[in-house]
Amino acid sequence: MSYEEDIRQETVRRFDFLKDSFKIVRPRRLTLDVAYEKFSEVFDFLVHQGKFDILCAITGTDEGEDLGFIYHLAQESGVTLNLKTRVPKSHPVIQTITGVFPGAEIYEREIVDLFGAKVQGLRQGNRYPLTDDWPEDEHPLRKDWKPANGSGREM
Amino acid sequence: MHDSHEHEHEFKIPLGPQHPALKEPENFSIALKGEKIMGVDIRLGYNHRGIEKACEERTFLQDVYLIERVCGICSHSHSSAYVQAVEEIAGLSVPRRALYIRTLIGELERVHSHFLWLGVAGHEIGFDTLLMYTWRDREIVMDLLAQLTGNRVNYGINTIGGVRRDITPEYGKDILAAIATLEERTKYYIQIATEETSIIKRLSGVGMISRQDAVRLGAVGPTARASGVDRDIRREDPYAAYAELDFNVITDDHCDVFGRTVVRLKELLESFKIIRQVVAKIPDGPIAVRAPRKIPAGEALSRYEAPRGEDVHYVKSNGGEKPERVKVRAPTLANIQTVKHMLRDRFLADMPIVIAAIDPCFSCTDRLVGVRHLDNHKRETLSWENLRLFSLGWHRARGFDVAIAEKKLHNLMEH
Repeated sequence: MSYEEDIRQETVRRFDFLKDSFKIVRPRRLTLDVAYEKFSEVFDFLVHQGKFDILCAITGTDEGEDLGFIYHLAQESGVTLNLKTRVPKSHPVIQTITGVFPGAEIYEREIVDLFGAKVQGLRQGNRYPLTDDWPEDEHPLRKDWKPANGSGREM
Repeated sequence: MHDSHEHEHEFKIPLGPQHPALKEPENFSIALKGEKIMGVDIRLGYNHRGIEKACEERTFLQDVYLIERVCGICSHSHSSAYVQAVEEIAGLSVPRRALYIRTLIGELERVHSHFLWLGVAGHEIGFDTLLMYTWRDREIVMDLLAQLTGNRVNYGINTIGGVRRDITPEYGKDILAAIATLEERTKYYIQIATEETSIIKRLSGVGMISRQDAVRLGAVGPTARASGVDRDIRREDPYAAYAELDFNVITDDHCDVFGRTVVRLKELLESFKIIRQVVAKIPDGPIAVRAPRKIPAGEALSRYEAPRGEDVHYVKSNGGEKPERVKVRAPTLANIQTVKHMLRDRFLADMPIVIAAIDPCFSCTDRLVGVRHLDNHKRETLSWENLRLFSLGWHRARGFDVAIAEKKLHNLMEH
C-alpha cells in the first residue's frame, strides 16, 4: 500500500464521511472536499496528526452561488493536499487560520480583497493587494466582475 | 500595526513606496525609538497588475507568455510552474529531452539570480566593488541564456507540452566553458564572503530568524534554508528532470544574513553540478508533444523551487480553451512576512540589507531592440553595433558629437 493510501485510510478512519471525497490524484497529490461545518475539525486533524504542517497557499475560486477555498497543505515528505471547502456568497464568512499558520495572513487578505470573503479573527491591518481607494464592494476575481464594468476601467 | 502608546519617545518613518534601497514599490512604516526599530508595518500591492484575472480572459497558450512576465528575474520559474500544471491536467507526457532543457534553463536562471543577489547585497552594505564584479560575471550567464533561448530575460523557452528550442551539441561546449569560469568566480566569492572580516562582521547577527520562527511564518527557499530548514521542492516534489539528477540541498545554521549569503553561494556550486549532469545526460528525442487547444476539465497544483524559494501555481480548467482559474503564489509573498520579525529590535541602518537578504524580486529589461520602419513596414532587429551607431547619430543631430568630445578629452589628457 502506498504512502498516500496510508494517509487516506488514516483520515477516513477518523472521519468516515470523507471516504468519497478524499482522492489520490497522482503520487504526492491528494484532494479532499469538506463541508465548511466540518472544516476546522478536519483541518486541525490534518495539520497536527496528519503532519500537513506546511501551508503553500490559499486559492479562492468563484463557484457560482458559492465561494470556494482551497488550502494547499504539504508535508515535509513532499505530499501535497488540496483541502477544499466552500461557503455561500450570501454569507461568505470563514475563520482565520492564522492561529495555526501566522504566515497565512497575507493569503487571507488576498481572498478578502479579490473574492469578498469575510475572514473572522484576522487582525486589523493594511489591505492587500488592492489600493486603499478601491471600492469595498468590488472583488475583481469574482466571475461577474469585468474590467469594463468595474473600477478597472480607469486603469 | 504597532501600538505607539507603548513607547513614549517613539516616532514613525515611512519608507516607500518609492523605495530608497530597492528598485521595487512597497511601503514600510517603521516605528523607531532612537535608532532602534520597535515595529514594522508593511504595505504591499503596488505592483498588482491583475495577472490572475487577465489569465482567465486568454487562452492556455497565451497565458504561458503572460505568466512568464509575472517576474523579470525568475520568469522561467513561473512559466515552468504554469505549464507543468496545464500538462498535468491535459495528461500530456512531456518528452524527457524537453524536461532536461527546462532543468538546464531553470538552473542557469538560478545562477543569474544568485549572482544578481550577491551584487545587490554588496551594494546594500556599501561594498560596491562586489556589485561590479558579480554583475560583470553575471553577464556570462545572461549571454548564455540569450544564446540558448534567444532572449535575455523572458526566455520564451517553455510551451505547453515541451520546449520551443532545441540545444545543439555545440551549445554543450559553450555551456561547460561558461560554467567553468563561473564556478571559479563563485569559489572566489565564497572565499571573500567567509574570510573577509568586514563582510562577516557586517552580516553576522543581522536579520536573525530562528529555525522555529522561519517554519512558523512559512519562509521558503534560501531564507528558510539559512535558518536550518532543510526543504527544497526539487528534492521533495521533483519535477522536470530533478529526480534523475544528483545534487545536495544546502542549509546553514547561522539564521542571519551571513547564513543566507553562504547558502546562495553554495547553491551556485550545486547548480553547476546539475548543469554539468544535464549536458552529459540529456537524452535524444523530440522536444515537445502537441498540446490540445482545449484543455480537459480538471485542476492541478504545481510546485517549483525558484531561486527565491517555492513558487506555487494552481490551474483549473472547465474544459474550454481558457482557464477557469490561475493562481500564483510567488516566493517573496511567503518570505516578506519574515522581514517584520527580522527587523524587530534591530537598527534602522540594517533595514536595506535585511530586506534585500530575502531577495525580493525586481524586474530588469530586455536588451533586444526591434524596429519597424514607418515608411515601408519592414521589420529588423537592431544589432549592438547598429544601436550604437544610431545613438551616436541621434546625439550628433542634437549638437553633441561623441567623436569631437573624445578628441577634446584626449587633448586635455595630453596637456
